[in-house]
Formats: sequence, C-alpha cells, structure tokens
Amino acid sequence: MSAHELHAGHGGDHHDDHHGHGDDLHVTRSDYIKGFVLAVILTAIPFWLVMAGVIQNRTTAVLVLGVLAAVQIVVHMVYFLHMNGKIQGGWTMLSTLFTIVFVAVTLAGTLWVMFHMNANMMPSHANPMTGQPQVGEHHHTAP
Amino acid sequence: MSDTHTLAAGGAAALAPRAYHPAHEPHPENGTSLGFWLYLMSDCLIFAALFATYGVLGRSYAAGPTGKELFDLGLVALNTAFLLLSSITFGFAMLQKQQKNVRGTLTWLAVTGLLGLAFLAVELYEFAHLIHQGATPQRSAFLSAFFTLVGTHGLHVTFGLIWLVTLMLQIRKHGLIPENVRRVNCLSMFWHFLDVVWIGVFTFVYLMGVL
Repeated sequence: MSAHELHAGHGGDHHDDHHGHGDDLHVTRSDYIKGFVLAVILTAIPFWLVMAGVIQNRTTAVLVLGVLAAVQIVVHMVYFLHMNGKIQGGWTMLSTLFTIVFVAVTLAGTLWVMFHMNANMMPSHANPMTGQPQVGEHHHTAP
Repeated sequence: MSDTHTLAAGGAAALAPRAYHPAHEPHPENGTSLGFWLYLMSDCLIFAALFATYGVLGRSYAAGPTGKELFDLGLVALNTAFLLLSSITFGFAMLQKQQKNVRGTLTWLAVTGLLGLAFLAVELYEFAHLIHQGATPQRSAFLSAFFTLVGTHGLHVTFGLIWLVTLMLQIRKHGLIPENVRRVNCLSMFWHFLDVVWIGVFTFVYLMGVL
C-alpha cells in the first residue's frame, strides 16, 4: 500500500517519482562492462572457430555455434536489456517466455515440415528448378 | 503512462473505491516500457518467420553462387564489432541519462549513432558488392531469403538511427524531461534488441553459411 500512497501524495510532480519508482531501469556501469566483455568473447569464439576452420565436422560446428549464440542472447538480455523475473511484476518475463515458445515452434516446425516435404516430393528425374536437394552437394556455375 | 496514478485518482472518487495493493498485485509499473517490450516481442515473431524462411531456402542456390563463395567474413566481423560497440556506447548514454547529464547523454548517443551509421555503410557496401557480382535477390531463393532477412534488420537499424537523431534534437531542446527519459529507455530496448537479432544473423546466416 505504501507505494500507492506515495503516489497519491505527490500530486503534480508525480512524473519523476513514477520513473524512480520503476526500479526496472536502474542501470549500472559494471553490468554494461560485464555484458560487453562476455559478448565480445562469445562473438570472437564463433568467428574464430569458423574462420580458422577449427571444427571439421559440420554438425558439430552447427551445434557449437548454436549454443554460443543462445548463450550470447541470454547475456544481452540480462546485461543490456536488464531482464529479470521481477520487472513489470513479471509481465515482461511472461511475454518473453511466450515469444520464445512461439519462436521455437515456428522455427522447429517450419524446418521439420519443410525438410520432410522436400525429401518426399523429390522428383525422380533431375529437374533444374526443383530437383536441388535440400542438403548435401550442390553444383553451381558462376552467375 | 501514468495509468496507475489515474486509476488511483478514479478509485478515490468512486463510491466504493477499489483498494490497490501494488506491492502484492501484478501491475505495470511503467505502461510504456511494457507496451514497447510487447512490440519488440512481436518484432521477434517477424524475424522468426524470416529466419524460418531462410532456414528452408538457405541452400536452394538454383545453380547460382553459394554463401561460401559470397560471404566475406572479415566484413561481417567488422559489422558485428560496430554493432556490439554501439551497444556499450548506448549503455554509457543510459548511465549519463541516469545522472541527469544532458551533454554526456547527447555525446554518447552521437557516438552510438555514428557506429550505427558505420554498420549501415558496411552493410550497404556488401549489398552493392553482391548485386554487382550478379548475386541479386532475383538470382535464387537463397539470395531472396538472404536479402529479405538481412535487409529487414538493416531497415530496423535505419529507423533506429532516425529515431536516435530525432531524440537527440528533442533532448537538446527540452533536456532530460520525463518524456525524453522514457524515450531514451525505449530506444535503448530497441537498439539492444537489434543487436540480439544480429547475433542470430551472423551465426545462422553468415557463419553457418560458409561452413
């Protein structure tokens, strides 16, 4: 109740108070520095892995890159976007979780369905327009 | 934006005032930032659709050039560095804003804007180079999906820059009034969100594209 009374008591200049009361936007230098250092490391590793050709196995490389990207996204969310379970009474977290579920279903569902559709609809004769396999070898010429 | 306050005033005037317990009940502390967050989440869905499209079509080269032949990872690393640096400089602008330092806020926002501009310049150079090589969006499904996904991100950065310049003029004219503080906070979310999307772009499009 105290926060409410504080509001009512302030009258005209409630604007400043309102922003101060939303503690969700209090940022600290150490948070930004920590986030930046972590982000640089998490960016440098995948670029190094690919540019130096460290991992030969493609599947392994994709998995490693995917995990590094996921970790970096979390780092950005926490240190740059200041996410936590408490801001806005948890509504920010709730909408984010919904979005993550939705994005996961969209991506996984699309790739799964389209991959199988491509595999099942492969024409028996080579058709230059649609006969390209989804994965594997690709022959190409200069444009 | 002061909806809790309005509600409180309305409640006091009513016959049977509704008692609010903000400490226990879920309530938006700042309606605008929650609303803006919801907008960003819907933007996420747009990018999810574009990423899914790229995931399906990303290897349909139609006998045209592949990502391995086209992508210049050095250029992408440079672009990633620009965007990452602009994230930390926006963070410094946020810290200056928190200390009510108008000049410091404007300076760091300007640095952020320049880094964003450098990002866009490199991206446009890359696009021009691709198109010059004949790798146009019309060339193959891979290139259509590539230009749509990366171009949509670039458009977001462009509009972020327009917003940034507009906001800098507003801050210079009116100072760090609550409205401008709110706008800086929203732009901060927008800018960092674009950096998050870029993580997906450089990982799934560029790095996995040359594997």
